[in-house]
Amino acid sequence: MLKIKDLHASVDDKEILRGINLEIKAGEVHAIMGPNGSGKSTLASVIAGNDNFEVTQGSVELEGEDLEDVSPEERAHKGVFLSFQYPIEIPGVSVTNFMKTAINESRKAKGLEDMPAKDMLKLIREKSELLEIDRKFLSRSLNEGFSGGEKKRNEIFQMAMLEPKVAILDETDSGLDIDALRIVASGVNKLKSKDNAVILITHYQRLLEYIVPDFVHVLHNGKIVKSGGKELALELEEKGYDWLKQETAV
Amino acid sequence: MAFENNVDVEHPVHDVRMAAIKNFEEKGFPSKKEEAWKYTSLNNIQKIDFSIFPKQENALEYKDVKRYFIHEIDTYKIVFVDGIYSSYLSETTHDGVDICLMSAALTKPMYKQVIDVYFNKIASKDESLTSLNTAFSREGAYIYIPKNKMPKKPIEILHFSTGNEASLLLQPRNLIVVEENAEVQIIERHQSLTSNEVLTNAVTEIFAAKSAIVDLYKIQNDAATASLIDNTYVDQKDKSLVKIHTFSFGGKLTRNNLNFYQNGEYIDSTMKGVTILGEKQHVDHHTLVHHIQPNCESHQDYKGIYGDSSTGVFNGKIIVDKIAQKTNAFQKNNNILISDKASINSKPQLEIFADDVKCSHGCTIGQLDKDALFYLQSRGIPEKEARALLMYAFANNVLSSVRIPELKARINKLIAKKLGVNLGFDL
Repeated sequence: MLKIKDLHASVDDKEILRGINLEIKAGEVHAIMGPNGSGKSTLASVIAGNDNFEVTQGSVELEGEDLEDVSPEERAHKGVFLSFQYPIEIPGVSVTNFMKTAINESRKAKGLEDMPAKDMLKLIREKSELLEIDRKFLSRSLNEGFSGGEKKRNEIFQMAMLEPKVAILDETDSGLDIDALRIVASGVNKLKSKDNAVILITHYQRLLEYIVPDFVHVLHNGKIVKSGGKELALELEEKGYDWLKQETAV
Repeated sequence: MAFENNVDVEHPVHDVRMAAIKNFEEKGFPSKKEEAWKYTSLNNIQKIDFSIFPKQENALEYKDVKRYFIHEIDTYKIVFVDGIYSSYLSETTHDGVDICLMSAALTKPMYKQVIDVYFNKIASKDESLTSLNTAFSREGAYIYIPKNKMPKKPIEILHFSTGNEASLLLQPRNLIVVEENAEVQIIERHQSLTSNEVLTNAVTEIFAAKSAIVDLYKIQNDAATASLIDNTYVDQKDKSLVKIHTFSFGGKLTRNNLNFYQNGEYIDSTMKGVTILGEKQHVDHHTLVHHIQPNCESHQDYKGIYGDSSTGVFNGKIIVDKIAQKTNAFQKNNNILISDKASINSKPQLEIFADDVKCSHGCTIGQLDKDALFYLQSRGIPEKEARALLMYAFANNVLSSVRIPELKARINKLIAKKLGVNLGFDL
């Protein structure tokens, strides 16, 4: 589904990704772990098409199509979704109106009519219940004054609304208390299917107890230095990242 | 220009007018050498040979101008066509409140008491363009709301110009007196219907007595050949609340001089503005809040979006007198430039003589937030729509205080149109 080949990317001429290779098939959950500054968020941004980062080498392919020169909105239409580590506050635009616009723009790109208001309301109700989101919350300005947990829950609500093929969850667990983590994880698990894939970017193994990955990759200095099954996450939790840094230095 | 020939010497306010003529003759039109007019030049306007008094009346059909009214709701209407009152398009009243004409108020004995107390009392006698209006204005809206009263519906004041004259100078004069604990909502609009030149030099005096509430909405979306100099003077007494919203979306040159004088305690004065300009349009917002007494507040929030070669000015002056302790004065002016050729001059001017006050001012000039843009795009909203949505959102918090929902919807539509998008919903 998603194929990343020898991906190099830099920001302000500073190379952050130094040759990432990763293949993600439909139905799989991949966790990407690694210390601060290893390039995890950069990888997420590059897949989503953020042009603050320059791809200098390699490629990202979605279902066989090279995403180079594909705008962020077109990537979204094709099924890429990024749950932001720091969701942006947009005062003056309600969550509901934002989602209506996003869904209808996606439909427009596919040559479809706007979703009828009745269907839209039904969809919003369904998906907000999935994330245990209060109705009042939906008329508030997007992310404005939201707590850390509310912001993350809102990101997953958006994911549920947009039903992406590849969802990248960038540190969705940070800032969540245990109850919010459980709600978010259960939401993600319900959205998971054999036709889509999830990439979990996280520091900690905690999230992986709730959303169980098929593969765990460790990113260090812009490269994947180790891959394994879910037990790798436990090993990392126990030993930290230092042993890996030493191992790769050798 | 020889004005004297047209002045009615028998008129009850003749002396006031003569003094105003004298002041204007001494000072003339303001020039860019004056600090207050540094960024707004009236040179080109002065070259135009304006007709002062239109020779013939022009009738308008309601259906042709309906779209300029907030026609979704019932309103009182005071309508002028080329400066002349149109009884056909208007709906005035004397039912408990007076919503009628300045010409009547200035001549009929029953209004004399109010005129004596209020007419030309807060308007500047020093500022030359206000004097020009005082000297020659014949007509305008007269609104008197007695104690504890509120008109049944909002009041619309509309000025149409029909292009009867190659170039027309209009000088409407409004007097709005809102007595103790009374309330009023007013929408004001100037609209040129052709591409002939129009210059409007308007003066409005507002008196808000104790605990009075006044909402004034100015819609400025005029033709590319229409210019407006708006001089509004507000006198507030204890606990009164006056809000002026200015929506500037069009016109060749617009100068807004809003002046608030807080002659009492526990007063709230609010000025909000949304400016969205393109082409070579120019808008100059000059505000003044004079905190004369203690325990008062003032709030200013102006948002501007400037495209093409448009230019903007925001000059916000706040004076806090020595005895005006416990004053809270807030001023914000945020601007987005969406073209390299557009420009904005933003200048706060604070003169604070009291020591126990809270004053803040903030001015920003920038582009749209790139991270916010990427966030919206990553959800499938195309860049153009995402930009528009962000600009919409940027202007939106100024709209939150508009208390007439139909007006708010109208302004929303005007903003969407101005930004060239249809978002499919109102914010």
